[in-house]
Amino acid sequence: MKRLRLFFIENAVVILFVILISIAIPASGLPGKFLLQEILTRLGRSSFLVIALLLPIMAGMGLNFGMVLGAMAGQIGLIFVMDWKIVGIPGLLLAMLISLPISILLGWLCGSIMNRAKGREMVTGFILGFFMNGVYMMFALYAMGSLIPVMNPELLLSRGYGIRNVVDLASVRQTLETFIPLKVAGLNIPVLSYLFIAAVSAFIVWFRKTKFGQDMRAVGQNRAVAGAAGIAVDRTRIIAVIISTVLAGFGQIIFLQNLGTINTTNSHEQIGLFSIATLLIGGASVTEASICNALIGVILFHLLFLVAPMAGKNLIGSAMLGEYFRQFVSYGVIALALVLYEWKRVAQDENSRARLRGGRTDVP
Amino acid sequence: MDRIKAILSLRGIGKRFYGNRVLSDVSFDVAAGQILGLVGENGAGKSTLMKILFSMPEIHETGGYEGSILWNDREVRFKGPSDALEAGIGMVHQEFSLIPGFSTTENIFLNRESLHKSVMTDIFGSRIRALDRENMTKLSQRAIDKLGVPLDPGMLVKEMPVGHKQFTEIVREISRDKVKLIVLDEPTAVLTESEAEVLLSSLRLLAAEGIAIIFISHRLREVVELCDWVVVLRDGKKVEEFPARGSSVKTIASLMVGREVETQEQAETRVYAEGKEEPPALSVERLWVDMPGETVRDVTFSVKKGEIFGIGGLAGQGKLGIPNGIMGLAPAGGTVALHGKPMRLGSPRTPLELGMAFVSEDRRDVGLLLDEGIDWNITFSAMQVQNKFLKPILGGLFQWRSDGEMFDFANEYIRLLDIKCTGPRQRVGNLSGGNQQKVCLAKAFALRPDVLFVSEPTRGIDVGAKFIVLETLKKYNSEYGTTIVIISSELEELRSVCRRIAVVYEGRIEGILPHTAPLSEFGILMAGAKDEGPKDESLEENLRNESLRNESLKNESPAAAVGRSER
Amino acid sequence: MGHIKRFAADFGLPRMIIAVYLLGLFLMAPMTGVSFSGALSDVFTRIGMNGILVLALVPMIQSGCGLNFGLSLGVIAGLLGATVSIEMGYVGVWGFVFAILASQAFGAIFGFGYGVLLNRVKGGEMMIATYVGFSSVMIMSIAWLALPFKSPVMIWGYGGEGLRTTISVEGFWRHILNDFLSFQLAGHKFPTGAILFFLLVSLVIWAFFHLKIGTAMTAVGSNPIYARASGIDINKMRIISVVISTMLGAMGIIVYQQSFGFIQLYDGPLYMAFPAVAAILIGGAGVNKASLTNVFLGVVLYQGILTMTPLIFNAVLKLDMSDVIRIIVSNGMILYALTRKTKVLK
Repeated sequence: MKRLRLFFIENAVVILFVILISIAIPASGLPGKFLLQEILTRLGRSSFLVIALLLPIMAGMGLNFGMVLGAMAGQIGLIFVMDWKIVGIPGLLLAMLISLPISILLGWLCGSIMNRAKGREMVTGFILGFFMNGVYMMFALYAMGSLIPVMNPELLLSRGYGIRNVVDLASVRQTLETFIPLKVAGLNIPVLSYLFIAAVSAFIVWFRKTKFGQDMRAVGQNRAVAGAAGIAVDRTRIIAVIISTVLAGFGQIIFLQNLGTINTTNSHEQIGLFSIATLLIGGASVTEASICNALIGVILFHLLFLVAPMAGKNLIGSAMLGEYFRQFVSYGVIALALVLYEWKRVAQDENSRARLRGGRTDVP
Repeated sequence: MDRIKAILSLRGIGKRFYGNRVLSDVSFDVAAGQILGLVGENGAGKSTLMKILFSMPEIHETGGYEGSILWNDREVRFKGPSDALEAGIGMVHQEFSLIPGFSTTENIFLNRESLHKSVMTDIFGSRIRALDRENMTKLSQRAIDKLGVPLDPGMLVKEMPVGHKQFTEIVREISRDKVKLIVLDEPTAVLTESEAEVLLSSLRLLAAEGIAIIFISHRLREVVELCDWVVVLRDGKKVEEFPARGSSVKTIASLMVGREVETQEQAETRVYAEGKEEPPALSVERLWVDMPGETVRDVTFSVKKGEIFGIGGLAGQGKLGIPNGIMGLAPAGGTVALHGKPMRLGSPRTPLELGMAFVSEDRRDVGLLLDEGIDWNITFSAMQVQNKFLKPILGGLFQWRSDGEMFDFANEYIRLLDIKCTGPRQRVGNLSGGNQQKVCLAKAFALRPDVLFVSEPTRGIDVGAKFIVLETLKKYNSEYGTTIVIISSELEELRSVCRRIAVVYEGRIEGILPHTAPLSEFGILMAGAKDEGPKDESLEENLRNESLRNESLKNESPAAAVGRSER
Repeated sequence: MGHIKRFAADFGLPRMIIAVYLLGLFLMAPMTGVSFSGALSDVFTRIGMNGILVLALVPMIQSGCGLNFGLSLGVIAGLLGATVSIEMGYVGVWGFVFAILASQAFGAIFGFGYGVLLNRVKGGEMMIATYVGFSSVMIMSIAWLALPFKSPVMIWGYGGEGLRTTISVEGFWRHILNDFLSFQLAGHKFPTGAILFFLLVSLVIWAFFHLKIGTAMTAVGSNPIYARASGIDINKMRIISVVISTMLGAMGIIVYQQSFGFIQLYDGPLYMAFPAVAAILIGGAGVNKASLTNVFLGVVLYQGILTMTPLIFNAVLKLDMSDVIRIIVSNGMILYALTRKTKVLK
């Protein structure tokens, strides 16, 4: 009985969303097969990005709001590949390759800045995302085509420099999904996307078993103790952020090739928000997250994504209402996770205080 | 005891911190398989000595040390703690340096994990190798067996009882292959009696295997029981070293606190309440205070109106908890009555409104607004509690702060207490420790308190400031008849200002002594040893003689008569 | 020399760059043919518009709650006040006054709840404030759809549902402050009323921090443990500061609207806090300490840059980079403050 209660408490967020969705699905009136196909597609599209968040959580740096930096790197990779007209799978791989050094550089920058703001990594990463967005826009809207040569005029704004607001990714669009065609019970399975996700999951699992992973966990739980044991705390944290940024860059490329277009100035902006909310809906917290949380999160978040507008329209007669509700959920779940995290921290402080005071049995 | 070959020899170790001498000419040896007890009051230099041994960065940063350290007969200068570890010296700290979410094994091998071989190592360095958990468990089990304690290698530290954490730390040290010497700093402070027993016997086991141990403890009974050899430090000097066998708790205690000083300043001090039969201003009954590291368990005492009362005791025994509990800064219970009227505990406002004030031992965190000026610091409490330095405006609807009055008041106290500063608006954070302490005192005086608690009034301040602070307290007492309770680790200081001094041990008042009582009496109370330990006849006799002599000289009632009944 | 060095260190490199940059922009104005007086009038209009929103950050910074990224909560209260006032059909001065009064009531209620929450998450206020602000904006978006407003000025004509995304205050209280006592300055309007109102509210806040309660609040932010030991109820002080901040935010957005001419609902308040935060930081405030000087300096510098950058860039480079520069400057400033040890410019 007690274990059952504990199960409910620990998985409160997931259970809440399961209930919410099981009300919203019938209300939306969307057919089950459609939903299933959409979820299969979206699992392939978004999981990679969500998994990119795991390592900084392990390193005690919380939710990596700085992942948008990686997304920017991914977009830059794709834009170059579009310019050079490299199509299909090679194009995607090349985009990833281009994003890699940019991601490493940005990740290093992000990690170093976060090391200067220990204890408020999240808000720092969040603002850093906005800041780098400005730099990215400078690059994409002013430097591309003027300082950096762009051969393909279709990419440029009519004024002759700067990338268009929308970049069409037709030449690489959904190549991952269609590379190995597989149909099960009339549903398309994006095999190669899943293989990518399996690969990154395997990487995370393996990484946790290495000395690196062990150091990262140690740093995440107690920086002072880890440092005293000779672990290079700052370096380990920077590496966690670099890996996260690189994975976010790859993830963004996978995400965008599925959508088929880049919204030059704001494709990356919401990625942090959505990925973080997804992970939290999957039952993760600021200090603990698993691949399982990521996958469950993608399923639940996107189900809600799909059914909320229709459910809103059918129930209250407003599609906008469902849309706002979905956004409220994204923001709200992050607020909730942060509040829970702070409460837990306060409770833990109390606890360690209680332990310090030793036995109190003889106190009246 | 004949000294066998030493593995560690300290030769003439000395150290200055910013011109203050904290250690001078300390020498002793430790032999393999020997357990050496290192004892001394707080500030006697034990931890500085250990920091020097481990070559902690703060030692280098403050100009290194004097003398030499011989390790296996060779002089060594470690570059840092990791060098010392490498050489085979391990340290178990007072606070736990364990990772809560890791298992025993993971903690034992933190950053020393055994790793699988991997081809990628060449490219990415050894951190990319996977952990060999099987081997780690095996090795940790072996180390646990060596210590002979009931530890589960797989248990998470956060789920362990306190004692097991301490064991884990020790196992971590002995699991290093090369370890030859282990330093334990207050290892039993957090343990229950039975856990402490287990620990002591496992330390004997280790010593039998040839590992040398330096055992730092305030629990003198354990030192006498466990150690082969005892080194007593006082005021940065080694006062004595001798075999533990044949010594007693009392011997060690009296060596720790020092010898009798012939002339006592006290004679000149005039205390307001002297000779008068005053009713108690403050009476405390069965007080408990939940303050981390300074737990008060059951304290009863009363202070006469106009008296200067002292509370002493070693660190961690709970003396600091008493004022913090009464002043509402830490959760507390029991009865505290001011002039016979019981007071509600738990809110700092209540005692302040009733006319009590507190100069905290924690100047930087509790005592001061470091970012504000001297005027704000001095007047703030009086303004908020007693509505001083305020002007009513709009018919008393609002209370306007009177910056001018604050400025003048601060200026007055700057003059009275000789606070060295550029003016009343100077940021307190820029003042020296002594001047900050004076600001704290002025803050309390601004409240014109009836009962004033002063906690560690001279900690960390220079001699000149020390003198002014103590003199001001005495003057304030005799001028205004303020009842003052001074809580201090420095016994000499208490004896020079107070008439009666309570000694706190393990959260209780061990006894209350008059300032004229011999130091050895204080030492015994501080070590909580008034009725334990093997008898040391000759010393006992000495003590008795000494107190008799005191009695005849001062013609006052001696020693313990006053105090112990109050428990 | 040492003095100058210390001042430079206190002032901080980013602030110095911003000040020099702004100075450069003003110096370039005559050369590029940009109307200097027009630019100046623009700057003042924006100062009047945004000043109170920046001022709203002061109480929470002073009480140690950090940068109020949840200012959008106050903005929501202001939107409610404004829409209720229009719904009631009040126009002119009375409409404006009623909007402010109503917004203050909403602000007090929201602020109280928000303060209670922030007291339970001490240390993590900023991030939580951000997301509490964001989610409140979304809740309100749902409410704007559902609330039973009737005024034809505010609801969609046909085919739509709920309130419009932007509501014009033309005919209600547009420019009610800006036009008050306004005069022509070299052919451009000077928004006297708005500036006076900003100064008046600043004066009230200045006075507040000279009262017993304001002094206590400052001490709580400076060292909460000290304040507690002096008998101050820390949680109460923090809640009061949050309430005041939220109420000022509500008032600030109404002043903003009367100048802007529109009420922006739905997503409108989402990022309202960020420019205000950037401005006060540019003015020299720290995460734990802010003064009115910081507010004035900050709002002048920040709005100066915002006004001058597009003018000069368009004139010189035929290039509108103002958006990018705004993003980099404001977020760079916040980033700088977050990564710096909390030190104050007095």
